[in-house]
Amino acid sequence: MNYQLNFAPVLANFDHLLSGMLVTLELSFGAMLLGTVVAIVCAAGKTGGPRPVRWVVDAYIEIIRNTPFLIQIFFIFFGLPALGIRFSPNTAALVALTVNVGAYATEIIRAGIESIQKGQVEAGTALGLRPVQIFRYIVVKPALRTVYPALTSQFIYLMLTSSVVSVISATDLAAAGNDIQSQTFASFEVYLVITGMYLVLAIAFSGLFSLVRRWAFDYPLSR
Amino acid sequence: MIRPFGINEALFIVEAIRWTLALSAVAFAGGAIGGLIVALCRVSSVAPLRYLALGYIRLFQGTPLLMQLFLVYFGLNIFGAGINPWLAASLALTLHASAFLGEIWRGCIEAVPSGQSEAAWALGLGYVDRMKSIVLPQAAKIAVAPTVGFLVQLIKGTSLASIIGFVELTRAGQIINNATFVPFKVFGLVAILYFVLCWPLSLVARWTERRFAVATQR
Repeated sequence: MNYQLNFAPVLANFDHLLSGMLVTLELSFGAMLLGTVVAIVCAAGKTGGPRPVRWVVDAYIEIIRNTPFLIQIFFIFFGLPALGIRFSPNTAALVALTVNVGAYATEIIRAGIESIQKGQVEAGTALGLRPVQIFRYIVVKPALRTVYPALTSQFIYLMLTSSVVSVISATDLAAAGNDIQSQTFASFEVYLVITGMYLVLAIAFSGLFSLVRRWAFDYPLSR
Repeated sequence: MIRPFGINEALFIVEAIRWTLALSAVAFAGGAIGGLIVALCRVSSVAPLRYLALGYIRLFQGTPLLMQLFLVYFGLNIFGAGINPWLAASLALTLHASAFLGEIWRGCIEAVPSGQSEAAWALGLGYVDRMKSIVLPQAAKIAVAPTVGFLVQLIKGTSLASIIGFVELTRAGQIINNATFVPFKVFGLVAILYFVLCWPLSLVARWTERRFAVATQR
């Protein structure tokens, strides 16, 4: 092996990597928030909705969970314009990530909702809470608390998966790496640095999630 | 000249399934061997082995599969193995699968009650006999459902090999799409084919999980 690793071209373009990382963060947090909303709606539909709604949600979950994300994003970015639905690369990336994480999160949140005992909901009704209040305070919040670890590891996986959006020329961290490597040919060095950056992001996310847990769910479970 | 999307184009995509299956099989076989080693290190009584295995798992679970593929692909070139998508894809997916299966199987090994291990010690069985005849067979029973679940994830993961130029199902779809320009049909077909591969496995995983849950409740 007579190859000299040369990180100079990577460091010279580091600001490009940072702006890519910003897009990765935007996509991840955007998809997390939107995906959670999608998941709560779908989980509510699956646990309490009429039969056709349950079928639709089931079909959505099974299709997304049994096809690769790469194909999903190709379908959304290249396939949907045939139906007149056209997105810019970054929007298509956000849509694809949201649709993807929404399916996984639905199953997770559904498990949480099913763990809420019926008596809790009845107690809420007895206290005169409106159905929306019952759903929000008595069903969703404790359900999210129960499934929080599973949900957040799914979110970290989402952030890592988001590297795939670079294939439709979105401008995320992996795409910034592709740009730099095609200009400098320092492929290995570029991807080594980027892999390290993803690792740092994954560790930072898991730290952030435990802070959020303390802030949002730090109340005693029962007396 | 745009080609029409006919039966030959569809067959080209369908036939590419074998490469997706071949790559999945290689990665799964390699990952099973690697995963067993990682899992055994992870529950080892030797602390450095435990930390090494933990670091390996964290590294591969904390970075994108796409980056792992790129690093192996370009790394092999640096080490003089040349540009070889087959080798790079199977090696990267094997390393990836080893980490995930290692972590899954660690959980399964730890779920075997420690009394089983202690009884084996008391009977004077050595490490190899204890693992081979007592612990691993019991862990294997628990491991079926999550392992099949991971196999689905691995099959989906092989689609990323298309990005480094390995011609499997996804890449075949891209090639046909570039010639016919009917992405809705092409990627729809590719998605259906992946679904046909993965869905039965998902059902098997769910079924074994439920059967196991019933078995342990008794």
